[in-house]
Amino acid sequence: MEQDNIYLPYLMQIEKVTDEAPFVKTFRLKFSNEADAAAFNFKAGQFGEYSVFGEGESTFCIASSPTREGYIECTFRQAGRVTTALATLDAGDTIGFRGPYGNTFPIEAWYGKSLLFIAGGIALPPMRCVIWNCLDLREKFKDVTILYGARTVDDLVYKHELEEWKSRPDVNLVLTVDPGGETPDWKGEVGFVPTVLDKIAPKSQDTIAIVCGPPIMIKFTFPVLEKYGFPDDMVYTTLENRMKCGFGKCGRCNIGKVYVCKDGPVFTLQQMKQLPQEF
Amino acid sequence: MEIERKLLKRSSLERLVDMMRSDGNMIYAPQKKETQVVFDTIETFADMTEDYIVSNQSPKFVAFPKIEKILDFSISQEGIRQEGTQLAAFPPVVVLGCRPCDADGFDSLTAIFNWDYKDELYNERLKRTTLISISCAQKDDYCFCTSVKGHPGSTRGSDILLTRFDGGDYLAEIVTEKGKALTEKYAALFEADPGIEKDKFLAEVKPRFEVEGLVQKCMGMFEHPVWIEQSLRCIGCGACAYVCPTCACFDIQDEAAVSKGERIRCWDSCGFGLFTIHTSGHNPREVQSQRWRQRVLHKFSYMPERLGVIGCVGCGRCSRACPVDMNLSEHLINIAEV
Ligand code: SF4
Ligand code: SF4
Ligand code: FES
Repeated sequence: MEQDNIYLPYLMQIEKVTDEAPFVKTFRLKFSNEADAAAFNFKAGQFGEYSVFGEGESTFCIASSPTREGYIECTFRQAGRVTTALATLDAGDTIGFRGPYGNTFPIEAWYGKSLLFIAGGIALPPMRCVIWNCLDLREKFKDVTILYGARTVDDLVYKHELEEWKSRPDVNLVLTVDPGGETPDWKGEVGFVPTVLDKIAPKSQDTIAIVCGPPIMIKFTFPVLEKYGFPDDMVYTTLENRMKCGFGKCGRCNIGKVYVCKDGPVFTLQQMKQLPQEF
Repeated sequence: MEIERKLLKRSSLERLVDMMRSDGNMIYAPQKKETQVVFDTIETFADMTEDYIVSNQSPKFVAFPKIEKILDFSISQEGIRQEGTQLAAFPPVVVLGCRPCDADGFDSLTAIFNWDYKDELYNERLKRTTLISISCAQKDDYCFCTSVKGHPGSTRGSDILLTRFDGGDYLAEIVTEKGKALTEKYAALFEADPGIEKDKFLAEVKPRFEVEGLVQKCMGMFEHPVWIEQSLRCIGCGACAYVCPTCACFDIQDEAAVSKGERIRCWDSCGFGLFTIHTSGHNPREVQSQRWRQRVLHKFSYMPERLGVIGCVGCGRCSRACPVDMNLSEHLINIAEV
């Protein structure tokens, strides 16, 4: 009867730890149990509850793409009790994982369109999942532009992948750091994400914009997209809220009648505008 | 199924308690403990009090315990082992003397625990629980069941509803298959329909507001200043949620010694400031008025719209328990009027 316990996590082994930026790490995780691995699948945008036994659970997205089978990855910033405990772990250690939860990016519906990814700070991980998912199906899309900004050069995560995207002729990568965050040899842009977005003057025709970042960045990015004619239902974002259960029971992630853990985390700008202002 | 009516003599109820207990059931009933009436296990009928309007704490804990273990874990050289709570080990439970509103409360909880993912911890406990409610002959000013589709003699949610009539014997209304199975098992105790007029033995609770209209109105009230006015004196203690038969919000925590421990699910309250706070320090419900709004709208707008049930059964416990005298039914009337 144990399998009926929806709170029971899978056990997963850390296969690889990557230091991304100060206090930011990526874990590659494999299921400890073969049968769990075989039964598991997820889609871009979904999240899970990661746990250190004895410390508790913490919520973050699955940062790897479903097109890369056999493992999942998560990227987290060491901030609270659980992420601090996670940060002490190494390859070979075991953690708990419940998921996947939440809705997904409707990637199939985007086939034939151009994609504009806009991410800030630690919000690249949810975006990375969908970026790789789309790049692994690259022929399905027209232009792919990635605008990514962080506070400082040091804070940019996935540095190897940024190099890879930069060298791809089929990806237009624009990197920026906040004013003052640049190093002497920095070749990217300097400026906040919304400002740089305005500078690159994105074409909205047949283009899906996906925006992930801190609330303040999102707030100032939407008007720029509006200025360039992006309709609200072509702009996607993910919302975060404090979560415990991940499946609409514990009662803390809702914004009005909308449960971020069930109805989200992926929302269009159109849906966002209908939400009460409490997030 | 169609409701069957039987007579359950007081002496038979006493024997029923003894027999159910010797058959391995845990029997919870209201008991006087200091100044409170609380549900706890009884050994004989005499342990139970019949002198209460509603108990201070609701009996929801039989299916949704204050602290529910999710799993045990141990950490050793060989690695981490976890074992989920064994649902099959949950004991059979009888709740005797819950009120019709309490029984109704389980419908709200069932909706929350099953609207999408099925929560078998809750379901399995409820499945093993038989609710033998006793209808209300008394009420107080806090009761407002009839404003939220309830009634002092409502059978909804109960497996068996008892109504005490002259002389202390009971009319037993057999509501569900589970109730029927119980009366068949102890068939000798249940006699032919006493043919009494039940309504004569029920408290009269006058409706105070019209709930469909209130629910409709609440859907457009998010930005209304009423939440600020009403919540100015709320201290965010969470008592209202802990006593409420329909509040289901919870937290998940690990409790551990060095190499072993357990993960638990425990009651929480949307009235607490920390309930929604992000690790970054950002809090979408920063002030008490936002938390009060969540409490009221969750019950009277979000639940009706998403789950098709009102998240309040009008038991009045929140208002009796509130240390600063927040009165829900008065606030609801106020909301209907502003
Ligand atoms: S909100 Fe108050 S009156 Fe309504 S069910 Fe809960 S405790 Fe009872
Ligand atoms: S019991 Fe009263 S003071 Fe405490 S949280 Fe509820 S409404 Fe506020
Ligand atoms: S995380 Fe528990 S209800 Fe959404």
